[in-house]
Parts: sequence; C-alpha cells; structure tokens
Amino acid sequence: MIEVRELTKSYGPTVAVNQVSFEAHAGEVVGFIGPNGAGKTTTMRILTCYLTADAGSATVAGYDVLENAIDVRKNVGYLPESAPLYVDMGILEYLNFMTEVRNIPKNQRKDRVKSVIDICGLDGVIQKDIGELSKGYRQRVGLAQSLIHDPPILILDEPTSGLDPSQTIEIRNLIKEIGKEKLVLFSTHILPEVAATCSRILMINRGEIVANGTLEELISQVRVENKFHIAIRGEAEAITAKLHELQGIAEHTHVKTDNGVVGYDITATQENDTIAETLFQTVVQNGWSLVELRQESADLEQVFLHFTANSGREISSMTAPSRPEPRSTKAATDTVAPSEEE
Amino acid sequence: MQNITAILKKEFRSYFNSPIAYIFITFFLGISSWLFFQSFFLANQAEMRGFFGLMPWIFLFFIPAVTMKLWAEEKKIGTIEILMTLPIRDYEVVIGKFLACLALLAVTILLTLVVPFSVMYLGNPDVGTLITGYIGLLLMGAAYIAIGFFASTLTENQIVAFIIGIVVCLTLLLIGEDIVLFKTPNWLYPIFSYLGLGAHYSSILRGVLDSRDIIYYLSVIAFFLYLSTLAVESRKWR
Repeated sequence: MIEVRELTKSYGPTVAVNQVSFEAHAGEVVGFIGPNGAGKTTTMRILTCYLTADAGSATVAGYDVLENAIDVRKNVGYLPESAPLYVDMGILEYLNFMTEVRNIPKNQRKDRVKSVIDICGLDGVIQKDIGELSKGYRQRVGLAQSLIHDPPILILDEPTSGLDPSQTIEIRNLIKEIGKEKLVLFSTHILPEVAATCSRILMINRGEIVANGTLEELISQVRVENKFHIAIRGEAEAITAKLHELQGIAEHTHVKTDNGVVGYDITATQENDTIAETLFQTVVQNGWSLVELRQESADLEQVFLHFTANSGREISSMTAPSRPEPRSTKAATDTVAPSEEE
Repeated sequence: MQNITAILKKEFRSYFNSPIAYIFITFFLGISSWLFFQSFFLANQAEMRGFFGLMPWIFLFFIPAVTMKLWAEEKKIGTIEILMTLPIRDYEVVIGKFLACLALLAVTILLTLVVPFSVMYLGNPDVGTLITGYIGLLLMGAAYIAIGFFASTLTENQIVAFIIGIVVCLTLLLIGEDIVLFKTPNWLYPIFSYLGLGAHYSSILRGVLDSRDIIYYLSVIAFFLYLSTLAVESRKWR
C-alpha cells in the first residue's frame, strides 16, 4: 500500500532523507525508528503530500504522491508530531469540522464522530475545549481526527511522545488493534515501543534506511558472539582454574563474587555449540552448585547501535564525493593524490 | 466548493470563539463613529463624506489585525500540517480563509449602518452616494484583507505579519494620495495614481460606480491571493 523508491529530500545543504526505499502493506504495523533528526518526520511529510521530495517516487494506496496528492490524502489519516490542534475549538466542533472537510456524507457524520470518540476514549471530556485538555487527551483527539474517515493507511508521527506510561500502553494497544486490518506506519525514538507494537521495523539513521525487517530478523542479523553468563556457588580460584582448562572457551571474565556465588561472563569459541552442557557438567563433576546459566542475546538496543554505527561509517565515507569506497576518507587525510588511490 | 464552505465556516466561527471578533467590531464601530461625529456637528451638514474619508486610515490598522493570525498562527502551532494534508487543494484553503475574513468585515460594515441612519434622521443625505460608498468600502476592505492575508502567509509571527500588512497597505495607499503624487516624476504619475489603494475608492465615493475601479480592486485581491497560494505552496520545496 505504501511503496517508496529512492526518495531524497534536502533542506539546503542538509540531506534529510537519502535514497530511502521501502514497502509496506495492509495488516502491518510498521515502526519507523531512528534517532532525532534521522529523517522520520520528513519521510512522513512526503508520504502525506505535505512536502515534495527532490528525487525518487512514492505511491500511497496506489496513488502517486506528486500526481494524485488529493487521492493520497483521502486514503491517509495523519497525526503530526505533538498533535497540533486548534486550541480554541471544542472537541466535538473540531471533529465535526473534520467530517465536513473530509467530505464524509452528511448521514454518516454522527456515526463516524461517535465511533472515533469511542475508539479513542474521549467520552469523559467531550464537552471541553481542546485548549483545556492535557497532553494525553490532545494526543487522543489527534488520533481521533486521523481515524475519522476510516482510512486504510494511518501515519502517526511519535504518537506516544509526552504521554504517561498507562496512556502510552493504551495508545500502543490501540495501534495494534488498528493494525490488524489497516496499515499503520508510526515513528518513535523509543526502542521498547517498537518491540511491543510493531510487526516490522524500519530503522533510519541520517536519512538512510539501515535496517528493515521483523524484530527477530534484525536481532538475528546482529552477530552476538556466543556469550554466556554463569554463576556458581563454590571456591572462586578453583573455578577460575577449571574454566581456564575447559575446551571451547575463548574468554572468561570474573565479574563478581556475592555471598560465595561467583559470576563469570564467558565467550565461547564460535564452533562450540555444546558449551552450555559442558559448563553444566563441569559444575556437577566438581560438586559445586549452579546458581545461574544463561545465554546472552542481542536486544533491540544492541541491534539499533549495530545498525546506526554501520551507517555512520557509510555516511562518513560518502562525504568524499563520488568515492564510495571506505578508504577515501582516510586517503583524504593522508593527502594521497587521487590518481594513486585509483 | 464544499471544502471552501467548510473552511469558511470554521474560520468565521473561530473569530467568534476568540475575543478577536468582539474586540474588532467594538473598537471599529467606536473609533469610526467617534471620529466621524466629532466633526459632523461642527460641519453641520447631513452627509457621510467625512465618514467614508476616514475609512482607508482606519482599515490600515484594523484589517491587518484580523488577517495576521490566519496563517501565522497555523504555522506557529503546527496545525497547518493537518490542514494541508487534508484532501483539499491549497487554493481552496486560501479562498475559504479569505472569505471568512471578508465575512467578518461585512458584518462589521453592516453594523456601521447605524451611522447613515442617524444622519438620515438628522437631514437628507444622498442615498445613491451612500450605497455606492458602502460598495466601495467593501471592495477596498477586501483589497486590504488580501494584502494582510498575504503578509500572514510569509511568517509564523503574528506581529511580523501585522507590521508587514500595515507597511504594504500604507505604501499602496500613499502612492495614490495627492501629497505623494505632487512630487512624483511625470512618467511615474499615471502608474502611481492608478495603483493607489485609496484613489479608486474616492472616485467611487463621488457616486459613480466605474467598472475600472471595480476591476482595479478585484485584480488587487486576485493578485495577492495568488501570491498567498504560492507562499503556502512554497513549504513543499523550501
């Protein structure tokens, strides 16, 4: 439903979005994640036809964002960052205005307003002016506004920023619920949020997509060396000596001793898949007792750092124009003549 | 058309949701009738020329004050991002907002009818020139609105929009006034006297509704609304 091809947009000399390509389909909740200023908002603004890209193309719901902007907008519900709303309007007045301007037929307007009020839990405050609402309720009114025409595509820019934990959970559940039938593309810079909500993750850094896939896929792409944590009750020196003898351990570090429990971080050699068993048996044979044994896995933060660090290197190599090979930046500092480098 | 009406209704209502409309109407009526009646009884003539003569100068400060928020506020709070991603064309929003402001002015001008009725009670003014005077007032007011409107598209700061609006209106007003024309070089004279915002209004006030004057105001309105649309669209490629 959303197809983006090599989208590029710069503000003056700053490249905000650089050759971004991705696809997303109905029934997906796509989390758009990246540090502040990574290009999330710019991409969303291009998809909602608020801005025009410098190069590349994008189709939303089958319509081109340049040629059929009006049709694109009819199919998209958009909540910009920090939910900007008319503070001098009442909630009902605002939602009614949205039904008018969205060209919802007169006989359906009441039902639509009522249904978004239910979905977004606005019942208790419906008589108030938007200006009187707390941040969380404003966010909900913004969401209600984006849902009012029942769009197949929902684009939400940081929908949970500034909300308290329980409101955040409510909004996340709402997004998941909506994402069962529709396409939801939402941005955030909060890592656990994507893990909790998204069926797919798009990681963006410095205007480039650095990763695209499900959480599991991304985690598996990050090579976590065979890392274990083990805690044993026993004599520290004896254990250390024994671990030293064991085959298949590349590295072990003594991390702490606590009430006779000794903890180690262990890195296994790559070939050894049975290291956990070996460790367990060693403990048993020596008459110690095993308090803890677990394999460390990459979490989202590591995944994120992994991918953003990678792209950082790519970007720095791009600063030397027309010379994408990683050496070029080094070459520049070494003042090697360009001819020699080639 | 439906989109334009929706925007018009929303903007017009928002004037009355905030104190702007009430303050505008009260002060406009108060100041214009006070200034007029101050000299009216001294002159001892039952005519409205003094009233109409004041208007270009009163508009100068009052109209940019009601147009300044139209775009600057949307940009400041960010609501423009929702507004411009609705399935409406940019020019429809421009026209809707312009008409909302014009409607506010029309209501205000309608309320000033108290003045001619009092004058009619006191004497026998020429009803024909009264009617053309009001038509001229509305046309000139609409031109002022278009200018202030354009100023509002240029910035997200309402005060800046207000000042730009006053400066542009004042410039256009002054170049048509005798005090400037007197010193204007011959080759510029016809251009200045044609472009002057107030000159066409004074000729309408004489009781003649000339198509040239109407066309002048309509083209000023169209020109500044076109510029406004461009300015609003410019967000896309800036």
